[in-house]
Amino acid sequence: MLDIPHLGYIVAAYGVAALALIGMIAAVWLDYRSLSSQLEALEKSRGGNR
Amino acid sequence: MAFNAPADYQQGETVKIMYIHVPAAWLSTFIYGVMALASLGTLVWRHPLADAAQKAAAPLGAGFTFVCLVTGSLWGKPMWGTYWVWDARLTSVLVLFILYLGLIALWRSIDDPGKAARATAILTLVGVVNLPIIKFSVDWWNTLHQPASVFRMGGSTIAPELLWPLLVMAIAFTLLFLCLHLMAIRNEILRRRIARLTMIAAAEGDSLARAPTPEMAR
Repeated sequence: MLDIPHLGYIVAAYGVAALALIGMIAAVWLDYRSLSSQLEALEKSRGGNR
Repeated sequence: MAFNAPADYQQGETVKIMYIHVPAAWLSTFIYGVMALASLGTLVWRHPLADAAQKAAAPLGAGFTFVCLVTGSLWGKPMWGTYWVWDARLTSVLVLFILYLGLIALWRSIDDPGKAARATAILTLVGVVNLPIIKFSVDWWNTLHQPASVFRMGGSTIAPELLWPLLVMAIAFTLLFLCLHLMAIRNEILRRRIARLTMIAAAEGDSLARAPTPEMAR
């Protein structure tokens, strides 16, 4: 397995791609979580005013 | 499936980089196409969600273009002997990447969302000229990059053992993009609702504090 030529380049390419994809998924997901908690807090405070 | 694909007779195992590089490259142009359609939606049909779709797609497009450039560079070093050459295909994809970043920057630099949507829509449509340049760069200029080998007249030149995993990866990448795009559009909708509620809350706070005349309340 380790005697494959250019193994480092292949692993690096898959590593970078995995990091970038996981990064995008995490960014969208965390954004959603923070937005929905903000919205919940806003709606709660508005409900409390009435 | 990509891991189990056989090695190329010339390239050996480095051909496995193709399974991420090529789908990322397809998506980098496909996402720009989606953004161009969304921009038409903003400017021509004035659909309220068109600019949300455009805004949500830009960071994803930048991400996939980044993957395309980095994996291409890591593929180029062992196969061509260099990480980067300023040839037509590589340069035009780099221009695409910078366009994505420019569009994101433009969104953030204009405060009024309506104005920002129109400005980015216009810039997106101007950038569409780059798409045929990317596509035909390998035919128009001398380049290290190979010409199209999957979708071409006279059929694909890739052996089926290598082609099938590539198509599966391309579909997987596309589905991932569509899923992330829908989630990001939902985020935009939430962001707008928060902005609206914050403005209403601020207006109500003002009205309580200052008891304005009816004109001011409007």
